[in-house]
Amino acid sequence: MASQDIIARSATTTPSPSVREQEQVAKLIDTTKCIGCKACQVACAEWNELRDEVGHNHGTYDNPADLSSETWTLMRFTEYENDAGNLEWLIRKDGCMHCDDPGCLKACPSPGAIIKHANGIVDFNQDHCIGCGYCITGCPFNIPRISQKDHKAYKCTLCSDRVAVGLEPACVKTCPTGAIVFGSKEDMKEHAAERIVDLQSRGFEHAGLYDPDGVGGTHVMYVLHHADKPSLYAGLPDQPVISPLVGLWKGVSKPLALLAMGAAVLAGFFHYVRIGPNRVEEDEHPSAPDTSVHEVDPAVHVYDPHKPGPQGDQRP
Amino acid sequence: MSNKTILRYTANQRTNHWLVAILFICAALSGLALFHPALFWLSHLFGGGPWTRILHPFMGVLMFVFFLGLVISFWRANFFIANDRVWLRRIDRVMRNEEESVPPVGKYNAGQKLLFWTLLACMLVLLLSGLVIWRVYFSHYFGISSIRLASLLHALAAFVLVLCIIVHIYAGIWIKGSVSAMLHGWVSRAWARKHHELWYREVTRDETPASRVSKKG
Repeated sequence: MASQDIIARSATTTPSPSVREQEQVAKLIDTTKCIGCKACQVACAEWNELRDEVGHNHGTYDNPADLSSETWTLMRFTEYENDAGNLEWLIRKDGCMHCDDPGCLKACPSPGAIIKHANGIVDFNQDHCIGCGYCITGCPFNIPRISQKDHKAYKCTLCSDRVAVGLEPACVKTCPTGAIVFGSKEDMKEHAAERIVDLQSRGFEHAGLYDPDGVGGTHVMYVLHHADKPSLYAGLPDQPVISPLVGLWKGVSKPLALLAMGAAVLAGFFHYVRIGPNRVEEDEHPSAPDTSVHEVDPAVHVYDPHKPGPQGDQRP
Repeated sequence: MSNKTILRYTANQRTNHWLVAILFICAALSGLALFHPALFWLSHLFGGGPWTRILHPFMGVLMFVFFLGLVISFWRANFFIANDRVWLRRIDRVMRNEEESVPPVGKYNAGQKLLFWTLLACMLVLLLSGLVIWRVYFSHYFGISSIRLASLLHALAAFVLVLCIIVHIYAGIWIKGSVSAMLHGWVSRAWARKHHELWYREVTRDETPASRVSKKG
């Protein structure tokens, strides 16, 4: 995507380019249509040239067990027993939510290592990444991962390279049930609304859209059968926000702290200008005889020929 | 011929102090690079962003280790005494270089003692929180809430530490003779009497022609 479409940039305090108007995009993941086939995982790995190491079975269908620097999207399976005593198999495709107010971008200390495009896609620029992991600290969804090979952070790019040339993300293209769709955010919301009406008419009275306000909305949204309890879906945050600790750490406190440090240096300078140094008078004339104390002390190898012999200790 | 006849710091103590000082400068500059975007350019001093991230924790840990050496040397001299309270109450006179009515203090005045204990507290917080956010080796042992809290505490303790050191450096510039005491070790009797009279009395108490200058502090 063109550089004039980078509308937010990590560790940057001046405005980013914001002249061009671009349509907001979104990926809508309909968990009610997902069959857990993992085709999206494969398409993601193929398009992005990722081959994660083969891990171990942990007794669930989650494979691999977690996101990693080489697994940017992952089906998470939850066996949920509903109030009627029936088993529901809740399957959620996990990955970057592309927050409108991204916690990773807020926390990142390296200028330009995390950027937000005008269409809403949040992208990592590994060339500027220093590997500190602050993006992990800032993310409300536990998404970014640091590679043990190169100590750079990785996550879903929403196929920004494909979207830039008018293609849909790889996972969308491959989904066999149409559970993943991609388009303008407005269209996706409309599509979701239709799905929700349908679900509600079929008994899922709490069906709804997951587009959490706490992070300004997201550019990856879910249709959930139980939108009242998102955490059922393998711990999807009920009300994700950038942690207040991160807000305090990265918010207004930093410029204030910087100001305080500068003020301390200035205070010292002006103290020196107004009050001046504190000198010991005698020190300025080291050769002048000092009668207040005797100068002969064999331990310190000072011998004053003008004052031979011991003198009384003249302690004040 | 020098009139500086009282040894305030031994060669080992001076070396230890300056090792901590050098490591502090390195850790502080690299830390400030990540503290605020306006200071990210400092990362170039260390070979770029990734090198700053790699080096900063090692410099910090080394600084802590050497700081412990200073603590072992000086902690006894930093217990508060009755005069310190009065001294602190008259800090405004101290600031105006009007020390006539300020009570005599020991090897360290109340300000220096406060600095000592604040530095120790900051160093401890920095070490512990720094380990939690040391992504390569330790972060995977901790939950996200601990990491967030540690990030905040690390920045806060670093801020307090930097402020303390700014005050510490300025005090050295302001009080003539103190920098050379830390560089060469010796102070004059007049300096010792003016700034640390109780300490001066102590080191000269059992002074006879054959006595030694006490390094006790």
